Amino acid sequence: MVLKILKEFSQRIFAGFFRKRGDIKIGFYGPPNSGKTSLANRICKDWTGEEMGNVSNIPHETRKVQFKEKVEIEYKGKKLTFKMVDTPGIATKIDYEDFLKYGLKKNIAKKRAKEATQGIIDSIKWLDDVEAVIIVLDSSVNPYSQVNITIIGNLVARKIPILIVANKIDLRKANLKKVENAFPEYKVVGISAKEGKNMEEFYKSLFKLAKKV
Amino acid sequence: MMTKKEKNKGQKDKLKGLSLQVIPFSEIKDLGIAQRVKKILALILGNKIVILHGRLRPEEEARLIEDTMAMIDHIQNFRGIELAVIEPNLKEENLLVKFRYGLAKKLVGESNTLTIIGPSSLIKEIKKDPKKLELMLG
Repeated sequence: MVLKILKEFSQRIFAGFFRKRGDIKIGFYGPPNSGKTSLANRICKDWTGEEMGNVSNIPHETRKVQFKEKVEIEYKGKKLTFKMVDTPGIATKIDYEDFLKYGLKKNIAKKRAKEATQGIIDSIKWLDDVEAVIIVLDSSVNPYSQVNITIIGNLVARKIPILIVANKIDLRKANLKKVENAFPEYKVVGISAKEGKNMEEFYKSLFKLAKKV
Repeated sequence: MMTKKEKNKGQKDKLKGLSLQVIPFSEIKDLGIAQRVKKILALILGNKIVILHGRLRPEEEARLIEDTMAMIDHIQNFRGIELAVIEPNLKEENLLVKFRYGLAKKLVGESNTLTIIGPSSLIKEIKKDPKKLELMLG
C-alpha cells in the first residue's frame, strides 16, 4: 500500500517535471446533444477568436474526435495552456430512424448513424489518452442515465480528474440542482455555452481542474 | 387514430416474444472482459433481456458499448442496447446497514445489484423501478 502511494507520488512529480506547457489534454465528454462542441466553440471564440466545429439540433453532429492545440486561457493573471479534445457524444444505441424525424433523407440518416457508431468507439478509445475531463450535460435532461454513470466510472477507474458542466441553463426546463444532486462528489458548474452565461465561473473551475492533473 | 385498446394489444403482441435470461454473477465471474461482453451480446442478439445478478465494471460497460457500436454496423436491424443498473439506495440507511452491505459486497460481490441489458428495439426505456418491469411482464 505504502509502496503504491510512493510510486504514484513519484510518477506525479516526474510527470510534472517533464510535461511541457500546453501538453495537458482536456477531453470534452458527455451524451449526444449536450453541447460539448458549443462549449468548445465558446472557449475557442473567447480565447482564440475562431470556432472549433459545427453544432446542430440533430444528435450526433460531432462524429469525429476534434482537436484544438495550445488553447491559452487567462484567469486572475495566471495562464493555462491545453489541448482541447472534443469527442462525439456517447450513447448505447444509434437508430437512423431517429434522424429521419429531423428531416434527413434515409441514405443521409443511415450514413450519419454509421459515422456516429464509429465516433462513439473513438470517444471511448480516447479515454486512455486524456488527462482531465469536462463532462458536459444538458441541464434540462434527466442526469441519472447509465451512460453518464459509465463515463464517470471509467474516469474514476483511470484516476482522471473530472469537472461536470451543466449546460443549457438558459432553457426553461433547466434544473441545475438535479445535476448537482445526481453527482454530489463533483464540482458542477451551470453554464449556457450558447449565450456565454457564467463562463467566468467555468474558467475558474477549469483552472482548478488543471491543477489536479 | 389508434384506440387505447388497440394500443395495449399492440404492446402485448410486442411483449409476447419477450424472453428474459437471468445470469448469476458466478456464471461470468471467471470470464475475462471480452468473454463476458461476448456472452451478454450473444444473448441480446437473440432478442433476450439479460438480467445480471451484480454489475459490470466500468471498463466492461465501456467495452460493451464499443462492441455494441461495432455490431450496429454489421448486424441488420440491430440498433443498440439499453442498459440499467438497479442498486439499493443506501443514502438514507444507517451506518450499520451500510457496513453490512459493504461487507457483503466484499465477500460475495454486489449481490443486491441487478444489471438489466436488452436490445434497444425491444425496450424503449428500461425503468429503474423493477416493479414497472414486473408490470410490463404481467
